[in-house]
This record gives sequence, structure tokens and C-alpha cells, in this order.
Amino acid sequence: MAENVWILGIRMTKFGKHADKDIVDLASEAAMGALADAGVTMREMGIMAAGNLMNASAGIGQQIQKQVGQTGIPVYNVANACATGATALRTVIMAIKAGECDMGIAVGVEKLAGAGLLGGGGQAKSDSKVWSPKGRYGAVATTDGRIGTDAMPGTFAQVGMEYGHKYGGATFELFAKISEKNHAHSTLNPLAAYSKRFTLEEIMGDMMIAYPNTRPMCSANCDGAAAAVLVSESKLRTLSLEQQRRAVKVAASVLTTDPYEEACQILPNVNTLTRNAAKQAYETAGIGPEDLDLVELHDCFATAELVHYDNLMLCPEGGAVDFFNSGAPWRDGSMPVNVSGGLQSKGHPIAATGIANVWEVCHHLRGEAGPRQIEGAKVGLAHVIGLGSACGIHVLEKSGL
Amino acid sequence: MTDTAAPVQVPLVDYLVLGDQPHLVANECTSCGARFFDRRNACAGCFATSFEKVDIATSGEVRAFTIVTFAAPGVPVPFVSAIVDCGGTSVRANLINVDADPAKLALGMQVSLATYSLGTDDNGTEAIGFGFEPAS
Repeated sequence: MAENVWILGIRMTKFGKHADKDIVDLASEAAMGALADAGVTMREMGIMAAGNLMNASAGIGQQIQKQVGQTGIPVYNVANACATGATALRTVIMAIKAGECDMGIAVGVEKLAGAGLLGGGGQAKSDSKVWSPKGRYGAVATTDGRIGTDAMPGTFAQVGMEYGHKYGGATFELFAKISEKNHAHSTLNPLAAYSKRFTLEEIMGDMMIAYPNTRPMCSANCDGAAAAVLVSESKLRTLSLEQQRRAVKVAASVLTTDPYEEACQILPNVNTLTRNAAKQAYETAGIGPEDLDLVELHDCFATAELVHYDNLMLCPEGGAVDFFNSGAPWRDGSMPVNVSGGLQSKGHPIAATGIANVWEVCHHLRGEAGPRQIEGAKVGLAHVIGLGSACGIHVLEKSGL
Repeated sequence: MTDTAAPVQVPLVDYLVLGDQPHLVANECTSCGARFFDRRNACAGCFATSFEKVDIATSGEVRAFTIVTFAAPGVPVPFVSAIVDCGGTSVRANLINVDADPAKLALGMQVSLATYSLGTDDNGTEAIGFGFEPAS
């Protein structure tokens, strides 16, 4: 049995606009912050994993090392869509579990302020002067906008609408209420890119991006970084009592992709791989969803949050609408979801997201979350999903050391 | 240019078959029956490498839709993007000949395949696209 891995130190930068800082500045701030939080230095790190999705071939890990410490350790530059941060974290966890080292650091960073639509769906389109077949579909012209949408807001809108078709009750107003919750939560998070409370009327009346997602129901493009220092349990036991007390146990670290199912290459199936990851995570951690004190899930759009209540088994199958309407996912409810404000208000600097959500959970488990503390939190779950698809789930437990 | 006449019409994608009864075709795995619209290397479901062309039903039910009002430059908005269940095979398409108004659209609505012209290119060839319109 590979040994347990713990988070020794973790840090996220303020999310928002950082016009005066470049990617390496932000990543270095998070990395040095995580090391200081852990009470260790780059000298103790045996591995680094780093991600910066928008510049995935630029060797962000080495760039960070050149600023914060070059010790010759292996760097794994990772890219896995919106699961990039979770993948960096898991890469370090796997190295420690494999016995290659007893400490390592994971970093995720992105600069996206003002970026607009992301991915292929955001790139300008034009037809060529001659219809000639190109690509795997033999398309003679642009298909985005002619054969459905390539952009994220509409893709995830359809994900939520499909759930509504299957189970009912998923109205525009319901999705807007989910966004209202997350924006309300964000008012307690000083590191959120946006911490303004919106009324339901403001959310529903805002600019429509892809029905039923209006602008505030979409994740906020912003700048930010997050980093975590991980340690093996045997190494942790040699450190100070204070370090042991503040350390957070990684009870499960799971990464999945979507298994083939009918329709999964037509509309990305973000459900099955999340459900599979959740099952694995609960089994590995030896807990059930009812044991969770808080959940940070991937609300890239309000329509996505709904389906993940179900996929993470926070409610009975098909019961996500009732679960939301019961008030459960509000911070004073029975299963607080996205008390950070979620991606819709905290922001979504892609490669940072899968570490920043772990930071949020750790903050509560350590009892350091200030005004937004979920009292007595002992176990939390952090979930991300990147289209393509990749799903990362980390289950975290308060230290009993 | 050669002196042979260019075809009068070409489909937007190679899985749209034109003619008197336009329809979509899929590559169906001869081993497990999984259906794909793209050029295949192997089956994502069972890894087999043998496929045959199958016709897809030209009518179906809207399983999901969105009205896109903000898109990349060069993509006209609004348009209605949908997932249509055509007799058990999911198809991605626009809903056409409908108002882009949520009050006029419904999950579960019955739709039929329809084609339209994308215009002609510099050689005079006309490209034909497809979408689904409310079933009459």
C-alpha cells in the first residue's frame, strides 16, 4: 500500500486583473506562498508539476524555477484543459506515492482577464473562397454556428438543458438562482475576482450569452495562480507539531476521462466521467457524500453546477433540482457548495482552478476561512472538469495529527 | 482549373448525403454498432476497425438546445444549437426555420431534417448545409 500524501502548504493569489504582473510573477507568488505556508523551501522539493494552459508549450515549470529556485529536480509541465491544475496536483501526489520523493510542489497559473470566449469556439471564423473538404468531417466551410456551437457557454447550456429534458424542472430561473447563490457566497471571499451580490432579476436581465446562461452565469475570465506543497505521511511525521496540525490529508486523488457512450462525441458527456471519479474518490477515501462538510465543484456555467450535484451524488439520481430548491447548497444549508463564490464569481484562471478549489477546502479544514468559515468542517471535496474530457476530484480531510 | 465542370452542389460535411431525399450517414462499427460521423481510425467503444455506412433517421426529438447570442467573430447570431435524438442516434445540428426565442422552442419537440444553401464559391459550386426544422 502506497503511503498517504498530505498537503503541507497551499496558496492562491488574489484572482482578478493583474495588469502589472506576468504569468511567472503570479506563479512565483503562489509557489513562494505555498512554500512559506508549508515552512519549507525549494531545497526540499523533489518534483515540480506546473500548468499554464494558454501557453502549454512554454515550459512554465522551468520558468518558475528560474525565479524561485533551480535545484535540478524533474519538472512535469502538464496541460489537461480545465483539469490542468488538478492534474499537476495529482502528478506530484503520484510521484510521492511511487516513492520517488517525499515532497513536491504543484503550480497552476493563467492570465485570462478580458479574454472573451475560450477555445476553438472563440476563434474568428471565415469561409474560404472555394468549397473544399477539410478535417475529419470533410467540412467545406465553417461548422461553428451552422452545425451547433463550438463555444463553451452554449455547450454547457445544452448540458444543463439535457438534464432538464431528462428529469424536468430545470428552468431559466432555476439556473439563475444557482448563480445568485454563488455570487452571494463570493461577498465573503476577499480573493474572488468579483464579490458583488446580484439579485435574481439582475442575473436574468443581464446580457444573454447562450440561453439559459446570461453573463453572470458564466465563469469569469481572470488572472490568478495557485500552488500546493505536498508531503508523504512518513516525512510529515518528522516535521513540527504545528506543521502536522495544519497539514491536510489527501484522502483521494482521482483523474478520469469519459468512457465511450452513445452521444458522447456529439455533446461532451461531462456526467459519466464525473460520476465515475466520484465513485472512485468516495471508495478510496472510505466515505460517502453524506460525510462531506463542503464541496467546491466546477460551476464553469450555472447550467453545469446543476448536473454536478447529481454526478457527485450529493442528491439522489435525478434529484438535482429538488436538492437546489431545498436550500442545501447554500453556505448555511446541509451541503454547502461553492462557498468561495465558485468559478462564476471567484473566477476561472484555468490552470489555477484545480488547485485554488483545493485551497478553499483546505482553508476551511484548517479553520482559517474567517467570515466564510464552514464551522467544524472535517472533510471536503474539490472537483474540476476540463472538456475533452478530464475530471479531477480530490477529497481532503482535516488533520488528526 | 480543369475544363471539367465543377459539381453543382457539395454537402457542408461528408456525412450529409444530398439528392432527392437528403439524409445523414454514419460510420457504424460492425462489431458493436457504435455510430460516428467523423473519419475513423478505430471504434472508441470496442476498438474494432471495421465500419459500414448507415443511414440516419431524418426525423427526431430535441433532447437539448441553446440559443447562442454571443459567438466568435464571423459566426452570425442568434442561432439555435441542438442535440437531436434521431431514432437512438444523437445528432448535433442547428434548429432552422424557427424563431430563436425560448418561448417558441421546447425540449422534446419533434423535428425533421432540412437543407439550405450556403451560397456559391468562386467556382460556382453551391454548398448545401442541413439543420432540423419543426416537424410538419
